[in-house]
Amino acid sequence: MSEKSKVWEVFIQSKNGLAHKHVGNLHAPDKEMALQNARDLYTRRNEGSCIWVVQSIHIISSESEDGEVFFDPSNDKLYRHPTFYKMPEGSKNI
Amino acid sequence: MNDKIFQEKIDKEKKVEPKDWMPEGYRKHLIRQISQHAHSEIIGMQPEGNWISRAPSLRAKMILLAKVQDEAGHGLYLYSACETLGVSRDDLIQQLHEGKAKYSSIFNYPSLTWADMGAIGWLVDGAAIVNQVSLQRTSYGPYSRGMIKICKEESFHQRQGYEIMAELSQGTKEQREMAQDALNRFWWPSIMMFGPHDADSPRSGNAMKWKIKRKTNDELRQSFIDKTVPQAELIGLTIPDPELKWNESRGHYDFGEINWEEFWDVVNGNGPCNTQRLNHHIEAHENGKWVREAANAHAIKLEKK
Amino acid sequence: MSLIKYILRIADSSLIEGQRLSEWCSKGPTLEEDIAMSNIALDLFGQANGFLEYASKIDKKKSPDDFAFKRDEGDFYNLKISEQPNGHFGTTMVKLFFSSTYRYLLYEELSSSNDETISALSLKSIKEVKYHLKHSKSWIIRLGDGTKESNNKVQQSLNTLWEFTGEYFEEDSIDLEMKKNGIGLTKSLENKWKDIVIDTLNKAKLEVPKSTYMQTGGKQGLHTEYLGKILTEMQSIPRKYPDAKW
Repeated sequence: MSEKSKVWEVFIQSKNGLAHKHVGNLHAPDKEMALQNARDLYTRRNEGSCIWVVQSIHIISSESEDGEVFFDPSNDKLYRHPTFYKMPEGSKNI
Repeated sequence: MNDKIFQEKIDKEKKVEPKDWMPEGYRKHLIRQISQHAHSEIIGMQPEGNWISRAPSLRAKMILLAKVQDEAGHGLYLYSACETLGVSRDDLIQQLHEGKAKYSSIFNYPSLTWADMGAIGWLVDGAAIVNQVSLQRTSYGPYSRGMIKICKEESFHQRQGYEIMAELSQGTKEQREMAQDALNRFWWPSIMMFGPHDADSPRSGNAMKWKIKRKTNDELRQSFIDKTVPQAELIGLTIPDPELKWNESRGHYDFGEINWEEFWDVVNGNGPCNTQRLNHHIEAHENGKWVREAANAHAIKLEKK
Repeated sequence: MSLIKYILRIADSSLIEGQRLSEWCSKGPTLEEDIAMSNIALDLFGQANGFLEYASKIDKKKSPDDFAFKRDEGDFYNLKISEQPNGHFGTTMVKLFFSSTYRYLLYEELSSSNDETISALSLKSIKEVKYHLKHSKSWIIRLGDGTKESNNKVQQSLNTLWEFTGEYFEEDSIDLEMKKNGIGLTKSLENKWKDIVIDTLNKAKLEVPKSTYMQTGGKQGLHTEYLGKILTEMQSIPRKYPDAKW
């Protein structure tokens, strides 16, 4: 049985009227826990904060601004490196 | 070719973000440094967590618990920054458990009295602040932003520790002795936190070139000592270094030579608490396995609905 | 004095529960949960402190720290469930779930107490306890309806702790006096508590324990063997250095 939990990006609106701001990520098995953990970790019980959580794999990113300069185009995933791709069970060295 | 462009970017003080191209060496160095920083915060919860149940007043108990909770949060911010480099938290924890990744050696010393809570907050967090303030300007974006957030929260930690030491120093004879004893045990390990002399630090070169590191070990150590000596004098405590002396021409304190044998012993796994700290972490992780598995099983059931 | 004793019952349960919960620090099943439990423990200490300050104001001789660090077991009035060992994570969540449900209902009622301070303290604490309830409830469901292993473990915890839940609803002469003054509970919380708990256990595919034996005595200062050890640890420094200020 797998122990690996999902990674969620967290966005906080600290005060009414302000835009949500990206503050980091956390691990949680489901969206309810993700919201609760985000409250504990990123708002330290400041009431009135609005929290958004999104699984990292669901975020689409534009090209890095370096894209034209470097000889190695990036993909549309949030992070460059392949952590967030599911590898088949039993695969090694990848 | 890319290396050259990358270095120009670094030299211009531009931030590197997760999606940018980076030399494999830069990426590996950062993973090592950030993860070890994260592990340090987590392992650091243990010596302080040791005194939560025995804090001598309700206020002290709540402040200490909040501080340790902050440390967990800092560890989390750092694991979070590290994961943007393409490594999972599970892998990082495995490296810690297998002894492949290290954490700050200061946490391999035991916390033996309540005064140690003062000494740790004042000296260990104090040393960490000197290091972290410098790291706010590190070249990797997520690490830099993590450091800025951590620094904001860290100053309360040092003040908490210093307040404890100040109160003890003005207290009963036993309290004054307790404070001095804690300082005697934590002084040298605290200045060891800045690492070996730069000449003896093999990775310093690249770290400075890539602006991962902004100041040298020796510079940071000197800065810490210069700040801390007057703080000790103010509350009537004596720093256990007979060679400590203000040097007018240098504009800095001269201090004695660190016991490098002890330093390398502890770094290499032979300190008073190395085994205990690691076993504690491994045991907590293993005890939690059934919980994590259940949470995932439940999440899958939710998705199927 | 009855009012002080009534206040101490609330304060002591929060204090001892907080003490137990904070034992999880650096031992949580995940880092996120470590932080969550510390947060809850902090809330409980804060609530205990609030009620102890009120007790201190009435007593005029003892400070909140005197109440916390200088009383013996027989003078503590926490419910027995607070002092039970944490066990594994499931046991801790069952404890937290039972107590948070109780506390939530208690503060809801007491926020309309005739005693202004009790009313204010209750209002202040409700938000926090609502979160404790949400958190623990979601874990009961997650663990009950997770794996076979987690279901078995939590069921065992339920069976073990069930006998401590009767104390929540006991009514003695002090409770009756407070009821008469409009200061304490005007009605029993038992039915509402059972509604919430049984509904959750059903969702979690857990069985409601059938035993009817209930422990008693905490409110009168008669405890289990655990409280003595908890206090020995908690009170060790002020007792060792009675002249020192901390």
